[in-house]
Amino acid sequence: MTTTSPPQPGELSLPARPGWPDETGHFGIFGGRFVPEALIAALDELTEAYEAMRVDPAFLEEFARLQRDYTGRPSPVTEVPKFAEHCGGARVLLKREDLNHTGSHKINNVLGQALLTKRIGKSRVIAETGAGQHGVATATAAALMGLSCTVYMGEEDTRRQALNVARMRLLGAEVIPVTTGSRTLKDAINEAFRDWVTNVETTNYVFGTVAGPHPFPAMVRDFQRVIGDEARVQVLEREGRLPDAVLACVGGGSNAIGIFTAFVPDDGVRLIGFEAGGDGVETGRHAATITGGTPGVLHGARSYLLQDDNGQTIESHSISAGLDYPGVGPEHSYLNDIGRAEYRPITDAEAMEAFALLCRTEGIIPAIESAHALAGAMKLGREVGPGALLLVNLSGRGDKDVETASAWFELGEEAAPTDEDDRAVEVGRGADPGPGLDTDQQPTEGAVSNDGAVAGPEAGETA
Amino acid sequence: MSGLAERIAAAKAEGRAALIGYLPVGYPDVDASIEAMVAMVEAGADAIEIGVPYSDPGIDGPVIQEAVDVAVRAGVGMRDVLKAVEAVSGAGAVAVVMSYWNPIERYGVERFATDLAAAGGAGAITPDLIPDEAGEWIAASDRAGLDRVFLVAPSSTDARLRSTTAASRGFVYVASTMGVTGARDTVSDAARTLVDRTREARPDIALCVGLGVSNGAQAAELAAFADGVIVGSAYVREMLEGRGADGVRALTADLAAGVRRAGVPA
Ligand SMILES: Cc1ncc(COP(=O)(O)O)c(C=O)c1O
Repeated sequence: MTTTSPPQPGELSLPARPGWPDETGHFGIFGGRFVPEALIAALDELTEAYEAMRVDPAFLEEFARLQRDYTGRPSPVTEVPKFAEHCGGARVLLKREDLNHTGSHKINNVLGQALLTKRIGKSRVIAETGAGQHGVATATAAALMGLSCTVYMGEEDTRRQALNVARMRLLGAEVIPVTTGSRTLKDAINEAFRDWVTNVETTNYVFGTVAGPHPFPAMVRDFQRVIGDEARVQVLEREGRLPDAVLACVGGGSNAIGIFTAFVPDDGVRLIGFEAGGDGVETGRHAATITGGTPGVLHGARSYLLQDDNGQTIESHSISAGLDYPGVGPEHSYLNDIGRAEYRPITDAEAMEAFALLCRTEGIIPAIESAHALAGAMKLGREVGPGALLLVNLSGRGDKDVETASAWFELGEEAAPTDEDDRAVEVGRGADPGPGLDTDQQPTEGAVSNDGAVAGPEAGETA
Repeated sequence: MSGLAERIAAAKAEGRAALIGYLPVGYPDVDASIEAMVAMVEAGADAIEIGVPYSDPGIDGPVIQEAVDVAVRAGVGMRDVLKAVEAVSGAGAVAVVMSYWNPIERYGVERFATDLAAAGGAGAITPDLIPDEAGEWIAASDRAGLDRVFLVAPSSTDARLRSTTAASRGFVYVASTMGVTGARDTVSDAARTLVDRTREARPDIALCVGLGVSNGAQAAELAAFADGVIVGSAYVREMLEGRGADGVRALTADLAAGVRRAGVPA
């Protein structure tokens, strides 16, 4: 454990880091570096440059300035009482990472890694992306800092997150659809590693979550911990106490580690990560890595993963592209095994119910990823009962998900059909518009119904 | 004594480099892949790298990925690999398993070492396992008397060349290019530099060069300074293009001639 003496004037005060990982990137038996030798020099270079950078006052100042002036930090904490009515009487506070520039927590990490890229004198960045949020954030930082940018994205994900593909291209990034394997995030990571090993002299790999080989899990955690550092102070200020539980969705685990880290030493605060349960863990069609997986090695680190008896990675399934990953960051595996954090699955249907509820009760459209944490709050609230204070990381906003959500809820004819439709019929939802979207709903005051909408060409005349 | 070191030394005694061919088990199916491996042995390969199919082959290019994908989907696993090991060693070549780390970890490191030795295998090449993470494998391979082949790369520092070669037994895999597997038109100059640097780090272990070799002329070039030449994607291409054991045999003949005319330009 790092011990901090009171900061002297002019001295940096960095928040205490957890006592893990060790020097070689191990969180107990998890983590490490399972990569080809060809990448070791680059990982060593990154580790060394990062260790120097993270205590460099000039960097800290620039990073803080970017977070404030560019990202819009600190992100607010919003209480959502009408949503909380569905949470067994618990009170629910949202940490609003959805309000960050680019729409999610991913920008926190990317700004740090982009500064590091410049520091080590590389001119090109590559990234993998699932939901497209990390890709958009990387393309954004690359545009800002004058780096060239290539993003690998599973072909399946380019389809379900088309908006983000367009955003990346507008920002000047090259987006390469990956057609190998399951055509999702896992395969995008494989392709990014292949690019990196080939172009490592000019290129830095901006990894999007707290997985991968050392130093990525620790470095990405350090860049994301601002979420929890801010939230802990914000909750203490407004409530005079700590929350009873901190909740986050877990794909690779960066937003969860981001909000958990500041609370790890607070023994009374439960830390709960919600994994994508897909069709239900019992169906085998899910992405609940810790709940349904076993320890193994994938993408450069030892951690829980979904694998078969031959050690082959099992393809994951989730309605949420950002959680559709058969691995998880090693620190989560460690926090699970030492009993400091809990991990639970949330099905597609539960997540979409929470998604709709937040839209309709609070006027906030969450990312489907984040909706898993909201669904977790609904369940946990009912378990712990009235009076409990839940802090939920709203890791991103749902603009990218409107097509998927429209198809799920069968809103409007223009909604693109997806394979979710077939499953919706199978699970017997049929024409039911889904919870929170009742057909006899009253239009919000001032809303314009479809009939009354003004067609494009006439709009100018009537205005 | 190491099975691989012995065979490479025997080739050297004949004034040539050793020829090591790679094929994954299970493409197009288990039997056909084993048949092709045996054809390699009959046509003059000294050792066969028997590839364990893996769903996420991070340092393989499109050619190997395509073949391995088929094997993964067919559920090919360690039992099939051990069958190939028996066939290859029975045919008279040295059998060395090439595996990403997770399939071995999943099978059980101790169990893998025991079963591999029992099947007549000489050891394993582990492309995504660096010695720093290999404590369990080093102990198990010592106990079972198996070779363990680690990789060095152009980006390896001198210190890493020393520690990696010190941990290796059998030979050291000199991955001559920065990049993924796949046949290349030119074998990089970096190969020679890296072989020289590695030899300086540890003079008493065989150095075999791989990544990109596709024909006899390139094999001859490398044989001028390396103890062995490793060929992978070019073999897999023979299989992908449907030429099977015959294609593999013809390619082996070309390569085997190559390693015998070291340094003679094409
Ligand atoms: C909004 C949002 N939340 C969560 C995630 C999952 O990633 P992580 O678990 O690293 O936070 C993503 C990934 O794309 C995302 O876009």
